[in-house]
Order: sequence, then C-alpha cells, then structure tokens
Amino acid sequence: MSSQELNNTSDPGLQPSAVPFWRDPDKRAIVFQVVALLLVAFVSYYLFSNTQANLERQSIATGFGFMEKEAGFEIGESIVEYSAADTYADALLVGALNTIKVSFIGIILTTILGTIIGISRLSSNWLLSKLAAGYIELMQNIPILLQLFFWYAIFYESFPSPRQALNPFGGVFLCNRGLIFGVPETHAAHAAMGWAFVIALAVGWGLNRWGRQRQARTGQMFPAVRVTLALSVVLPLLAWFAYGAPTAMDIPELSGFNFKGGVTVSPEFSALLLGLVLYTAAFVAEIVRAGIQSVGRGQVEAAMAVGLRPGQVLHLVVLPQALRVIIPPLTSQMLNLTKNSSLAIAIGYADFVAVTNTTINQTGQAIEGVALIMLVYLFFSLSTSVFMNWYNKKMALVER
Amino acid sequence: MTNPPVSNREYLKPPITEVGVIGWLRGNLFNSWFNSLLTIAVLILLWQIVPPFFSWAFIDSVWNTPAEACRDIEGACWSIIPQNISFILFGFFPDGDQWRPGLAMALMLGLVIFSRNRKHWKKSLGVYWTIGLIVMGTLMYGGVFGMQVVETARWSGLPLTFMLALFGMVAAYPLGVFLALGRQSRMPAIKTLCVVYIEMIRGVPLISLLFMSSVMFPLFLPEGVTIDKVLRAQVAIILFTAAYIAEVVRGGLQAMPRGQFEAADSIGLNYSQTMRLIILPQALKIVIPPSVGILLSAFKDTSLVVIIALYDVLKTTKVTLSNPKWTGYSTEAYIFLAVLYFICCYAMSNYSRKLEKELHTGR
Repeated sequence: MSSQELNNTSDPGLQPSAVPFWRDPDKRAIVFQVVALLLVAFVSYYLFSNTQANLERQSIATGFGFMEKEAGFEIGESIVEYSAADTYADALLVGALNTIKVSFIGIILTTILGTIIGISRLSSNWLLSKLAAGYIELMQNIPILLQLFFWYAIFYESFPSPRQALNPFGGVFLCNRGLIFGVPETHAAHAAMGWAFVIALAVGWGLNRWGRQRQARTGQMFPAVRVTLALSVVLPLLAWFAYGAPTAMDIPELSGFNFKGGVTVSPEFSALLLGLVLYTAAFVAEIVRAGIQSVGRGQVEAAMAVGLRPGQVLHLVVLPQALRVIIPPLTSQMLNLTKNSSLAIAIGYADFVAVTNTTINQTGQAIEGVALIMLVYLFFSLSTSVFMNWYNKKMALVER
Repeated sequence: MTNPPVSNREYLKPPITEVGVIGWLRGNLFNSWFNSLLTIAVLILLWQIVPPFFSWAFIDSVWNTPAEACRDIEGACWSIIPQNISFILFGFFPDGDQWRPGLAMALMLGLVIFSRNRKHWKKSLGVYWTIGLIVMGTLMYGGVFGMQVVETARWSGLPLTFMLALFGMVAAYPLGVFLALGRQSRMPAIKTLCVVYIEMIRGVPLISLLFMSSVMFPLFLPEGVTIDKVLRAQVAIILFTAAYIAEVVRGGLQAMPRGQFEAADSIGLNYSQTMRLIILPQALKIVIPPSVGILLSAFKDTSLVVIIALYDVLKTTKVTLSNPKWTGYSTEAYIFLAVLYFICCYAMSNYSRKLEKELHTGR
C-alpha cells in the first residue's frame, strides 16, 4: 500500500527516478502479466501447430461436420426413437438424455435416502445410529467405480436367467436381464391425470402466495403445503374416475428366453443408479447431519417457549436454518453425482461419455469429442453455480 | 457435624432398570415406543442379512483350492484371491522379480507410517522421502545391481495405484498452491487464467481428462515424440487434483486475517517474503485436514484409469475374472478389493480427523 502511494506521487521529477521499474510493483505486475499471457499464447500456438500437422498427416477431418453423418451403431437404451441409421448428432443427443435420466432419478433417490440416513445417524436409538455410521464409513471409503463393478456383477452373475426370474411380488421380476415390472396399459386417462397433477401444483403455488400475503395482512396462517399435497392426490384421482377408472395392467410374461410386455430396466442402468445413489447418499447423510446439528438447541427451546407446536418448530425454525447450511454442499454433491455418472462407460450404459467415446473411435476426431464432453459437463456445472448464486442471494436477503 | 457410624449407613442400590445392561438397553434402544419398534425392525433386518452372509462367507466357503473345487460349493470361493494374488497385486511385473515392487511398497508404507507422527515433520522428513522415492524408483525400474530393467508399461497392480495417488498428491500440491495464490492475485490477467483453469477442471469429470490424456494428447505432440501412457495418465491426475487443492488452499488463505498481511507490509517484507514466511505457514496448517481428504479422493479416483486400460489393481482383478477358470467369482474378488481400499481409505480419513482435533489449537 504505502510503496504504491510513494510511487504515484504527483511530482514526476522527484521520486520515479529513484525507483527503477523492476522495483515498482505496478510496472512489475504489467511485466508479469504480459510474460504469462505470452507464455500461454506460445504454448497454445505450439500445440495447435503440432495438432494441425498431425491431423493433416493422419488425414483426420476437423470441425463438427461429422455430426451430420450416419452414426451406424446401435444404442442399448434410449428415451427417444433412435436407430443406427440416424446421425451422430442424434446419437449424442440420446447419450445426453441418458445422462440426464440417470442423474435426475439418482438425485431424487439420493436426497431421500441421504436424508433418512442422516437423520438415523442422529437418532437416539443406538443400534440405528451405529448402523448409519457404519454405512457412511463403508460407502465413503470404497471407490465408486469398484462399487459399480460390484453391483453390475451381482446383476449379471448372481441373478438367475429370465426362466428362473425372482418374483418378489406380483408383476415384478428380477433376473439377469434387469428389473421388469408391470405398468398400467396406456389409456387417455393417464394424460388427463398428468395435467390434473400440474394444475394441482399450479393452484398450490397460487395458494401459497395468497396465504403468505394474507398472513402478512392478518397474521393468520394458511396450511398451503398440506392443501397442495391433498390437491395433487385428489385432482388426478378425480380425472381417473372421470375416464371410467381404467385398471387394465400390462404385466410382463415369459416368452421364449425373455419377457414380453411391462417395463424393463436394464441391468446397466440399475447397477449405475444403485451404485451412484448408495455412494452419494453417504455423503448427503453427513451433510444433512451437520446441517441439523448446526441449529442450536436454544433455537428449538425458544420456539417451544413461544408456544409453537412440534411441527411448526421443525417447519418454521429448524428447517429454514438447517437448509441454509445444507443446500450449498448438497448441490455440489448432486453435481458430483452427475459427474460420476460418466463412469457409466465402464459398465456399458450408454451415457453421453460412452456415446462420445464410440464416436471418437469411429471418426478419430478426438479433439471435438473431448471438447463436447467438457462442454456438456461445464454446462451442468455452470448452471448449478448460477442456481447457487441465486440461492445464496435469496438467503442473504433473509439474513439480518 | 457428626457423621453416623459407617456400619449404620444404608446403602441403597440404584434400581436395576437404570444401570448395567438393562439400564443401557432401556436408555439407548427402548426409550420410547417408536424407538423400540425401530430397534426390533433393525434386528429383524440384521437377522435376515447377517447369518446368511456369514455362512456364505465363512462356513460354506473354501479358502485355497484350485478353481475346480469351487464349482460344487454353496458358499464363497475365496480361493480366487490366494491363487491369483501375485497377478492381482503386481500385474505384469516379471514373476521372479516381484519382491522388488513388494519391497518398494513396504518402504513406502514405512515412510507413510513414519510421517504420521507430527514430531517427525522436519526438514529431514523431506530428505527421507527423496531418498525413499529414489530407492523405490530404482527397485521398480531396475537396471543396476544386476536387476533387470522393467519398463513402466509393465508396472501394474497395487504399485501403480499407489504411485498414481502419491505422485498425484506430491506434484499437485505446489501447483495447487500457486493456482490459489494466482486466484487471490491483484493482477487481472493472472487471476483470470487461474480462475478459468480451476473452474474448468472442477466442472468436468476426471474421466474426460483421462480421455484427453489417452486419445487427444498424442495429437498435440510433434511427429515422432511419444510420451509414456502411464505418465500421461499421471499428468492428468496431477492437473485434476491441483484444481481441488487450489480451492482448499484458497480457503486457508481467505481465513487469514487482514492484519497478518498488513503487519508483514509494515515490517517491509515483499510479496514472496510475506507469503513464504507469514501467510503460507499459517494458511497451510489450517488446510492440512481437508488436504488429507483430497488425498483420499485422489487415491479412490486412481481406480478410474481402468477406463483408459491402465493395469491398476482394479484392472488386474478384472483380468483375473476374465480368465474362464475364475469367471463368476466377481463378488469374492470385489469384496477383497473393497477391503483393501477400505483399509487404506479408513486409515487416511481417521488420520485426517485426528489431525483436525490436534491442530485445532485456536488462534
């Protein structure tokens, strides 16, 4: 600080001549930065020119032109229609959707399981608490990839063939082709039920706003959450009855060596989902435990002293404070789960990385492929940090 | 004040339901109807899982037999481990010379155990490690004292896992510290470079960096120059770990009170003196426990090199399992590996917790 002020003195003739430029932090900073930038530029140019020469010599095409070409490989499972005759762009889209599918379901299940284990860890029941602690310790200290291999091996080696499939309860079969279960036959009622559910959520959102405004005006509370929950069950049920309450089920049946009908969850997807959920849940459990413990005992006692009921204590006092501690590390765990889902390639689930890898092997365009992988995951990370910034700002407003 | 004679004093024992086994059970397992229900549910669950697992793993199992003996038993075939142990642990290292990686690992383990004690954290420790690493490298590579040369391509199994983790950490630490300092810098260009690097690496999965090292990096090099595959993966792990270390170190730097910088300024220290003598010794002390955490995840992450076909301990196990003689015993082999990883990781995380307690001296 002081040296800078000395150098920036208004009298040009007096001080600067006494300080040579390598002693002047401001000028030295400029030199450092120019050197750093030049170094980066030089290394980039060197690598770029090497790459250019190599690509020319091996006659590998550059650019993203390959996206329009026919992919020519099948993908095991896909949400959208896909065949080998489609383009690489379609294949990559299928891969990205598969990544989103496993991450989305994984995030929901992980949050639920992690919360349960985290609360169990704090339970006054010694057995349950120790069991949860053992689970957390075990899962955190074994590499996720080994766990994925383990679950995949269980599916492939320990489960019987479809003919001797395990049948834990009606319409559900477990065999080395995956998990197969019955679903209701498609009916117009289902679309209506979906819309009814969306409407229930929208109404609930409106009720919540109105309830809070009314509370600000009159001080009376409105049980918006409970009403929304009730609505989201009742409205779809009404829609179902309105369409004549269809109950036909699509039950899987053994035909030849495999099942027909029902919904099949592939062993690859099941093993990946199971591994990711069990692994990440251990970390989430620790976060939930720390979050709940961060709310002081005095907070709960004070809330009870002013006469709140136990449900209100949890809802109005404990949770808002615990969530502020829980949400930021929780989001980073969710991001970890998404990044770890790239290990799908090791057990043959066609996620984005696996499809891109096949594309690289077929076209030889490694640079474009790796760049695509990085871009997609950076997109996930950056959107998460945008959310986090928004959340932190929102929380900061609540703070006094 | 007169005490009554001792012999007359009535000793009332505490009620039997409050102390001893019964008291403990009442207090910890059956203190409410809900907890009693939970306890019973957990016990039923354990009863369903533990005895069958126990008889599978210990009673109906075989421990050291040829593969044929495993075909007609109900329980676990642990034989896969002792029968293939040298390949699982040392991979393609020449058969007669496997004492060399064994000795190198023992040396490393000894050094790690020696370094656990904080009394040994002196300059001499660095010297020991340097000598140790040179000896280990010589043992692995050979070429002197009549040991045959073993190319790095044949380094595999557990030594490779340990090497990737150890060098990943040792080389990533200084890089991470520089990145963290760069991120805190007042020079906009340096700061931007560091922020972009850290955020980009932390935003992508390790597997994409490993892909980069295995399929993309050869394109970067001039014609005729090749870099060893193991080394490329090692560099990818170092670059990846450095970004995470940078964030941990940044936490330590931000925890430094402003007064420390100002005091250093006021006694006329320049930037590098301030950092070297005042800031980093304190900041790095704070971040030792989370750094062990990073080492732990780096160790677990080395298993990812399986995907780019390096023969770490997970890959050698998979190769063993692909031998038709031993196909179908994955569960046993993976449980063995899990125990191996668990012991290493548990020791590290325990140590990190212990350090946290010891170093939490307050300021």
